[in-house]
Formats: sequence, C-alpha cells, structure tokens
Amino acid sequence: MIREVEILVAGGGPAGLCAAAAAASLGAKVLLCERSDVPGGQLVKQTHKFFGSEKQYAGDRGIHIGRTLADAAVNHPNIEILTDAAVLGIYEDGVVTVLYKNQHLKIRPKRTIVATGAAEKFLAFPNNDLPGIYGAGAVQTLMNVHGVKPAERVLMVGAGNIGLIVSYQLLQAGVEVAGVIEAAPRIGGYLVHASKLRRAGVPIRTGYTIKEAYGNGKLEGAVICRLDENWKPVPGTEEDIRCDTICLAVGLTPLAELCWQAGCQMAFIRELSGHVPVVDGNLETSIPGLYAAGDISGIEEASAAMVEGRLAGYAAAGSLGYEPQKAGELRQGAAEELAELRSGPAGARIMAGLEKAAALLAARKGGAGPC
Amino acid sequence: MLIQDGIPTREDIQSVTPPAHRLAQGAVAIAECFQKIPCNPCAKACVKKAIRVEPDINATPKVDFDICNGCGACVARCPGLAIFVVDMTYSGGEALVKLPFEFLPVPQEGQLACGLSRSGEELGWFPVVKAVSGGKRNMTCTISLAVPKELAMEVRNIKVGGYRDGR
Ligand SMILES: Cc1cc2nc3c(=O)[nH]c(=O)nc-3n(C[C@H](O)[C@H](O)[C@H](O)COP(=O)(O)OP(=O)(O)OC[C@H]3O[C@@H](n4cnc5c(N)ncnc54)[C@H](O)[C@@H]3O)c2cc1C
Ligand code: SF4
Ligand code: SF4
Repeated sequence: MIREVEILVAGGGPAGLCAAAAAASLGAKVLLCERSDVPGGQLVKQTHKFFGSEKQYAGDRGIHIGRTLADAAVNHPNIEILTDAAVLGIYEDGVVTVLYKNQHLKIRPKRTIVATGAAEKFLAFPNNDLPGIYGAGAVQTLMNVHGVKPAERVLMVGAGNIGLIVSYQLLQAGVEVAGVIEAAPRIGGYLVHASKLRRAGVPIRTGYTIKEAYGNGKLEGAVICRLDENWKPVPGTEEDIRCDTICLAVGLTPLAELCWQAGCQMAFIRELSGHVPVVDGNLETSIPGLYAAGDISGIEEASAAMVEGRLAGYAAAGSLGYEPQKAGELRQGAAEELAELRSGPAGARIMAGLEKAAALLAARKGGAGPC
Repeated sequence: MLIQDGIPTREDIQSVTPPAHRLAQGAVAIAECFQKIPCNPCAKACVKKAIRVEPDINATPKVDFDICNGCGACVARCPGLAIFVVDMTYSGGEALVKLPFEFLPVPQEGQLACGLSRSGEELGWFPVVKAVSGGKRNMTCTISLAVPKELAMEVRNIKVGGYRDGR
C-alpha cells in the first residue's frame, strides 16, 4: 500500500527538524523519517555550547538544542516522526521508499525535503587500517552518546572545528590528547576553540601531517612530519608520537546519495565540500517539489542548517497553498537571517560556493545544460 | 601566532586590555576573542549592555570598560570561553581572576589550584576564592583565583584535578 503524505522530510538533524516544524506551523502535515533511533542528527553528541545568535539558540549546548528541536517536533500535532526509518530511494513516479524497523514502506509525498547531513572523510596513509584509527565523529559518538572512554592517548589529525572540539571533549572525558596536527599553515576552526585547547596544554601544530601509523596488531603510535609551503614533507622533520588512538577530523562531505538517485542536477563545488544538489532561493533542487537543506547542500554549521531547514519548510508548505503570503514573508526572513550569518569572513567560503551554484542554476534556467 | 598555534600574541592581548587607570579601579571584563565569527551571546549576557557586538553578529566583541562593573555574568555565558574578569584591587599583592571552567572535578573554595598560562604552562599554585556552578543548563563553572598581581594577565586556566589544601 502506498501512503500519501503532504511533506516528507528525510533526516532528523537540525535542518530536518526545523523544516518539519516550519511547514507544520503553517498547517501542513509532515512525516519525518530518521534512520537512527533518536532525532537530533549531529547535535545528539555536541556537548559544547554553540555560536550564532539567540534565534539559533547560541550559547546553548548542542545536546540541549537538539532536544529542544526534537521535543517541539514530537509534540506538534501536524508532525509524525518515524525513527529507525532510513529513506532508501526517491523514484521518478514520485514514490519514496523507506526501511522502517525491517518493514519496507512506500510513500507518495507531495513535497520532499532531503536533510540527510554529511559523512566524515578519511585520509590515506600507511597502516591507516590498524585498529585504533577512527573518524573523530565516531569517537565523539562513543564518548558522548554511549558513555565509553574511547582511548588513553589520542593524536588528533585536523584543526578544523571538529578536530578542536572533539579534542577538548576528549580532555573532558579524561583522555590525554598528545596533540593536534593540521596540514594547512593555519588553524581552520574557530580560534576561541583553539585557544581553550591550547591553554589546557594541548599543542596545536599547523603545517604538519601524518606520515605513517605503526603498531603490532593495533595502533601504537604515529610518525608525523612537517610540510613545506608546497605541501611536500620536509625530510628530517619526522617525529614519533606514541598514542593508542588516532582521530581523523579531515572534513565532512555531503551525504547526497538520495539527490543523486532522484536525478537532481548535481555539482562538485569545493567550497561546499563536495558534490551537492544545485538549489534555488527556495532550496528547491532541479526536481520540482524536491528540496535540500542543511549540510547536504554544503557543509556549514548547525545554525545555518536550522535556518535552511526553516526556509525549505516554509517554501514547501507555501507551495502547497498553506498561507502562501505568510510563508513568503517567513521565507524571506529566513533568507535574511542566513545572509547575516554568512556575512563575515567565516562565511566567505560558503558564499563563494553558493555563488558558483547560483551560476550553474542560472545556466540551467537559461536553457543551457549543466556543465 | 594565534592562527598557527592558538596562542594570542602580546599585541593581541594588549588590544583588548583595559587601560591601567581602569584596571586600578577594580573588576573588569576582558574579551579575548579576536576573530570575526558569527556569535553574540556575550552581548546578550550583559544586562548593563557593556559588551557590544556591532554592527553585525560577525564583529568582534567590544567591552565598554566604563560601563562594565566586572560582575562576571558573561564569563560562563560565552561559548568560546574567551571572557575573563580581572580585579587588580583584590588585595595588596593579589589580583582576582575569574575564569570559565568545564572539567571535573571542580576545585573547592579554599583549595589551591595550579594556574596555567595561555599556552598551558604551569604558573604556580593559587587559592580558589570562589567556584560558582553554571547551573543545570549552562554547566560552565566560574572559578575565582587569587593570583600575584603580576600574573593577573597571564593566568587563564587551571589544571584539572590534583587540587591542594592550604595556602
Ligand atoms: C564535532 C562537531 C562539532 C560541531 N560544532 C558545531 C558548532 O559548535 N556550532 C554549529 O553551529 N555547528 C557545529 N557542528 C556542525 C553541525 O553539527 C552540522 O552542521 C549540523 O548538524 C548539520 O545539520 P543537518 O541537519 O544538515 O545534518 P545532521 O545533523 O547530520 O543530520 C542528518 C540526519 O539525517 C539522518 N539521515 C541520513 N541519511 C538518512 C536517510 N537516508 N534516511 C533517514 N535519515 C537519514 C542522519 O541519521 C542524521 O540524523 C559541528 C559538527 C561536528 C561533527
Ligand atoms: S563582567 Fe558583568 S558588567 Fe562586565 S561585561 Fe560582563 S556581564 Fe557585563
Ligand atoms: S560570546 Fe564569546 S566567542 Fe562569542 S563573540 Fe562574545 S566573546 Fe566571542
């Protein structure tokens, strides 16, 4: 049996939860499918306080923001949330398939908002398959969701926000952090995060990479070395770092499989961290009625993901005839909020990526094929 | 350099330090937040509106040292743990430094804690004058540490655990 739904949201992170709440607030009926057993997305493991402004719950801890958003959605009469529900495919005839607790559901939504977030990147180096080498996000989940002390002594690779924040949380869990190394000549994450780590005694070394890991059956240490300005290892700068765990925090990449499979126009945009669906000002993809919001359309922040979710939710509900004028105004408000968040130097990269995407979109609308 | 190792330079610190005559008047907040990031809870935390993030959310915070009374409410509210309060008038030889702290165990009032510099170096053992919990939701403690005056602009953290009793 095919279930008819007004708006289907795939993914229950900040973007998906906010999309659902926004659409429901205008009167639309929403079904949200989340593949894990709790809604919240990345927020369920973020024990630190978030940046942003009051509208994006700045100053609150990620876990609390996640709970606030999830509670609001769970308690809304217009929203139904299915957990343990992985969206499998979006088909040409408009049917979406979902694996829900071992049942295969078929759903025909009038609108679909894909908010599946992102996946961690990995890094190639000799012996990177030794037990003890993880993605930083995995270690964060072990520690902050499951309460497991994941290591005794960690080498963190990557000084973006994830590397810096997970290092700090490792210290909070009583794990020693041998250091953070970063191949780029500059720290990529927020410097306030770097400073609080540094004053807890953790060295941060930019211009360093991991040469190899070693160990007999399990990780025992790593050799790191300096990189010159052309990113070439400098001979003679090798150092041995003893550690039982290496965390890789070398970036995220959009989890855009559903959009690929649905046949959306996709583009590789470096500033948005990978292949993303090309979207318009309503966050609608090249497939009418299919929207993409949050990290899936460019790796950014929870603050931006929430606002993008709201924007897509208003646009989708408005297009179904739910208070179109109010929906338009709210959509506009969300667009302005996003513009403010992205207006500073921290948002420059995203803005550059969005400009590239907009050019591709203009080409598409103008009749030219995608590049 | 800050962007390379996370340690603010002397010039960075000077650019946010209150003038000597203001420091001599008593407690005042210092926001060691040097990068333009989209963030402004500090401005919301101060009821006296002594901290401003203007013209937009990406600006770095500016403390109006004439309005700030050093109450310390902003210290635990900053998600970057970047705000400190320094009171040079605490005693003849000591200054009081209020700093944010998010580790367990929390030192008790009257114990000595090992003070750390911005690069994590140990600067000595100093009495904990106060340890205020941030409450259930905020969870960041504010630790008040009495340090020799000449270290008031150096001590910015304490070492977790191993606190000692006595002076
Ligand atoms: C360590 C770390 C620290 C961070 N710190 C901050 C910070 O301080 N401030 C900030 O603003 N941001 C921060 N972020 C970024 C923020 O967490 C993300 O930008 C944000 O969570 C993105 O939201 P999202 O909803 O797009 O994706 P996600 O939060 O990733 O949510 C996607 C959801 O979709 C689900 N899903 C995926 N595929 C499917 C499918 N096929 N079917 C059903 N469900 C699916 C996933 O299970 C997940 O729950 C941090 C991220 C990390 C990893
Ligand atoms: S110490 Fe008190 S008065 Fe000064 S800026 Fe902070 S909150 Fe405002
Ligand atoms: S709240 Fe903290 S990190 Fe945010 S702008 Fe203010 S001082 Fe900087």
